[in-house]
Amino acid sequence: MASRDDIKFLSNPNIGNDNKKYCRFRKFGIRHIDYKDPDFLLQFVNEQGKLLPRRITGNSLKYQKKVAIAVKRARHLSLMPYVTDLLK
Amino acid sequence: MKQYEITFIIDPVLPGDEIKTAGKAYEKLIANEGCTIVHVDEMGLQQLAYPINKRNSGVYKCIEFQTETGSVISKLELALRRDERIMRFLTVKLDKYGVKYNDDKRNGKIGSKSKSKSSSKEDKKEEKGYVKKDDLTLIEGVGPKIANLLSVAGLKSYDSVAGASIEDIRSILSKGGSNYIGHDPSTWSQQAKLAAGGKWAELNKLKDKLIRGISSEEE
Repeated sequence: MASRDDIKFLSNPNIGNDNKKYCRFRKFGIRHIDYKDPDFLLQFVNEQGKLLPRRITGNSLKYQKKVAIAVKRARHLSLMPYVTDLLK
Repeated sequence: MKQYEITFIIDPVLPGDEIKTAGKAYEKLIANEGCTIVHVDEMGLQQLAYPINKRNSGVYKCIEFQTETGSVISKLELALRRDERIMRFLTVKLDKYGVKYNDDKRNGKIGSKSKSKSSSKEDKKEEKGYVKKDDLTLIEGVGPKIANLLSVAGLKSYDSVAGASIEDIRSILSKGGSNYIGHDPSTWSQQAKLAAGGKWAELNKLKDKLIRGISSEEE
């Protein structure tokens, strides 16, 4: 038998982990996202200032769209950068 | 009744009273059109995330108002566009959640948790000797790189630059590398003193006399 080094786990290691991603807006009942609060919006961009995808933040579609709008408004008002490095 | 919110950035390199009158003028314009002003938020001087018109900071102001028709918006935006003192503006229509959010924020409901946190944070920062960061590039002779160098060395505000001696600043510059040795910081503390006191008009006069931060009388 050839050795199978590529098989590390016999079963999915994520089974039994309870840290499932969730939409923080739905969970905590946040209905409005303020574009004048760049510290909060910083959670939804990477260190280049680009928007993070839903598969990483866990936002629902409805609120991801609102986050995107809020970030774009904050960029227009120079509260957040359009392009940078080492934002975080 | 529709509720709108308009945020704009006023040029910081204006005399202090002119910044105020510029903001007040738009409050009046809104009130004259028969709208009710709900709230005016003076957000004050803030660092910009990227330079606009070669300025690195701006005075933010946010006016929240109610109107029946919305015909003010076009007039207001036209006036803002024609005004050279205004660097940027943004008008947003608030939905019912936005109105509620702003109400709660004013009454301290939203900020309550974060407020206690932020206040404790501020206390900690003060304990550590944290100083609010000023836009040092407004000083003639200081560019973004030197401002960075100074803030790393602990000179973050105008007050601290005003307090530092010429030798101190020279040693900071020489540590930064050979590129900075050519800069003459002899007038920086004087300029910083004016900036710390908010005397922008006097600072501008002084800047006109200076060439690259060196007083022309000496030359």
